[in-house]
Amino acid sequence: MNATNLHLFVLVVPLLSALAINLLGRRSRQWIAPMVLGSLAFSVFGSIIIMARVIEHGNLSYTVGNWRPPYGIELVVDPLSALMMVLISVVALLASFSSLKSVEQELPGREHFFFTLYMILIAGLFGLVLTGDAFNLYVLLEITSITTYGLIAMGRGRAALSSFNYIIMGSIGACFYLLGIGYIYILTGTLNMADIARILPTLNAPVATATAIAFALVGLWVKMAFFPLHSWLPNAYSQAPTGAGTMVAPLMTKVTVYLMVRVILSMYTPALVFTHEWIAQGVVWAAAFAIICGSVLALGQKDLRRMLTYIIVAEVGYMVGGIFLANANGLTGSILHIVNDALMTLCLFLVVAAIIYRQGSVSLVSLQGIFRRMPITMAAFTLGAFAMIGVPPTCGFFSKWYLILGGIDGGHWEFVIALVVSSLINAVLFFRIIELGYFGSLQDGDHHGPPSTERHEAPWWMLSPLVLTAVLLIVVGLSTGPLINNVIRLMIPVGF
Amino acid sequence: MRDIHEHTAGEDLIIKTSVRLMVPFIQVFGLYVIVHGHYSPGGGFQGGVILGASFILLALAFGMKTSQEYMTVSVNAVFNNLGPAIFIGVGVLCALFGGLFLDYSALDKLIPLGPVEWRSFGIFLIEVGVGVAVMSIMVLLYWNLSSGGAMDEGL
Amino acid sequence: MEMIVDEIVAKYNYWIYVVLMMIGFYAMIGKRNLMKKLIGMNIFQTSIILFFVSTGVKKGGGIPIVDKYQALAGNVDAASIVNPLPHVLMLTAIVVGVSVTGVALAVLQRIYREYGTLEEDEILEKLQR
Repeated sequence: MNATNLHLFVLVVPLLSALAINLLGRRSRQWIAPMVLGSLAFSVFGSIIIMARVIEHGNLSYTVGNWRPPYGIELVVDPLSALMMVLISVVALLASFSSLKSVEQELPGREHFFFTLYMILIAGLFGLVLTGDAFNLYVLLEITSITTYGLIAMGRGRAALSSFNYIIMGSIGACFYLLGIGYIYILTGTLNMADIARILPTLNAPVATATAIAFALVGLWVKMAFFPLHSWLPNAYSQAPTGAGTMVAPLMTKVTVYLMVRVILSMYTPALVFTHEWIAQGVVWAAAFAIICGSVLALGQKDLRRMLTYIIVAEVGYMVGGIFLANANGLTGSILHIVNDALMTLCLFLVVAAIIYRQGSVSLVSLQGIFRRMPITMAAFTLGAFAMIGVPPTCGFFSKWYLILGGIDGGHWEFVIALVVSSLINAVLFFRIIELGYFGSLQDGDHHGPPSTERHEAPWWMLSPLVLTAVLLIVVGLSTGPLINNVIRLMIPVGF
Repeated sequence: MRDIHEHTAGEDLIIKTSVRLMVPFIQVFGLYVIVHGHYSPGGGFQGGVILGASFILLALAFGMKTSQEYMTVSVNAVFNNLGPAIFIGVGVLCALFGGLFLDYSALDKLIPLGPVEWRSFGIFLIEVGVGVAVMSIMVLLYWNLSSGGAMDEGL
Repeated sequence: MEMIVDEIVAKYNYWIYVVLMMIGFYAMIGKRNLMKKLIGMNIFQTSIILFFVSTGVKKGGGIPIVDKYQALAGNVDAASIVNPLPHVLMLTAIVVGVSVTGVALAVLQRIYREYGTLEEDEILEKLQR
């Protein structure tokens, strides 16, 4: 076995373990945890090795089946894909520790179904960041979406209804993307991304090209919940089982933002997408609206998980606006924000999972005085909150800094104002919860007797990934410099 | 449910007899479509759907319990996973033998038939995997949806 | 008037797929019953599949099934056979559509078991109570 196939093995091992979990998990539950953790640990090591190799040697590319590139399905690993692979594997591994415990509590007896879908979702996410072929992207996008529909529908209460709503909207998005690819195929006759980027500028079909770009981008916007196409997200992510939400919420929308970056940079070259100034202007205004509306809607929520989902909508606005600013600082800030936002959302959702495991609900009323019972969880929550607000040296500060610089460079003051206002609203949101948690009077959960003040943390399975993620927030923040210089700067196209 | 069956006893006999005659031919045709996929119209998905349809026809005519005698729920679960495992297994085998993923000519080192012939034969192996997977999943979809998850009574 | 009729006849595959897509879109958004929304989604996906397949057609083209040895000898005129690549891509898209429909039907069964109805307004009523 030589190491040229390593990136494919990183994808295949979770997929094979999904099949194994489906078969063996029926017999006895104790096979599930080692297989999930083992395959994800292999993926983490594999993706770190690939990242090191890509930084040293440059892009890796090969075609499945050894057919020549325009004819075969090509897999490309460039610095951005390698970064995303490391991100996905690390986030998935940390989230699985917590999900194993949550699923045990919430879905007894159905864990093998849950983890089969979970591992196929992770394999699909790896495929999405590796592929270099436009139609393969559609297939993998649908694989990840279908498993997400199934995972969300496993929850209680309104989960089935939210999942159905997500199915309808998600299918519209995927079909629009497919339509965009159809137009591209009619125009260029090829489906390989590098080939399309070569041929498309030489054609003289402005209307058809614009239609293709518009359909593909709108399809991806529906999938990443860009305001106003976001209505499926709050219900779907807050009604999902806790174990599913911990992994899906940090990853799905961010990988779709990565797909948009990939489509704009490698398939439709930036020169084509940003030809008309007024389109980019319009999208930046829409992103500014998304940021403000997401943050304001989050203010009105009474449940911590729903509040976090509206914050996700605002964060998607940051990233889309950053890309459409069309300058180097904006793009750097956007890509950095993909990494940082995934880690911040992971930290906050792990806190939610720990609190639900012990208490059963995360409504703001029930969070009063929780510091006395779960101090470590609240400390990690405070770190995650500081990262969301943008306090140095956590990672959130650096990506917002680059986005603001990009907004000033491009003269888009509405974007800068929206960023600053959203940081202030985030500060209000999170300090409200921190005040309730640290200084509120303890809520009595069972209504008999005085509330207990002894420490009653979540089990160490759920606590250790939480602490690790909180530490990672600071470590990634401090190493922003090397990250930008070695990885992100290589992705910025010439002329930005 | 019992009085519905008593009312339509006559029509039931016609359906049962014709299904009993047709299902073997449908299955042979399904296998033919799978095997000829890389040479003429057909392939894994199409043949798999035809094979699955034969089991569903059995379930429609004779009742779900009877069709579960021919393919038990546990065998179905094994096939569900065996299909994708064959597909991915062939790909990984090619990668382990020094080629790229799904590069069938690398399998020449395992059984010497000639690299060009292996490229044609490798597609057949993949199609078998896809056919098995699609057949078992179609049947499982029908069983689950028509009985509401309980796998006992259906249409 | 003639120009419009000419336009429609020349590009009739585009017009057909647009009409089908709008029917599916209207069903997804305008209908109240959840099952009808699902069928609208199916029509929407089918229209895109039809569009893709229709882009491979060539004037006077035949079925893309060629004898193996004739193809290896190089005696195949690409202009006389219909483009088979969109057909293969749409096979995959059909499989994706079937999977989404399967999942959606299972989710609808759960909704029915929980609320006893598949009409959207009745479900909303039950939720608010």
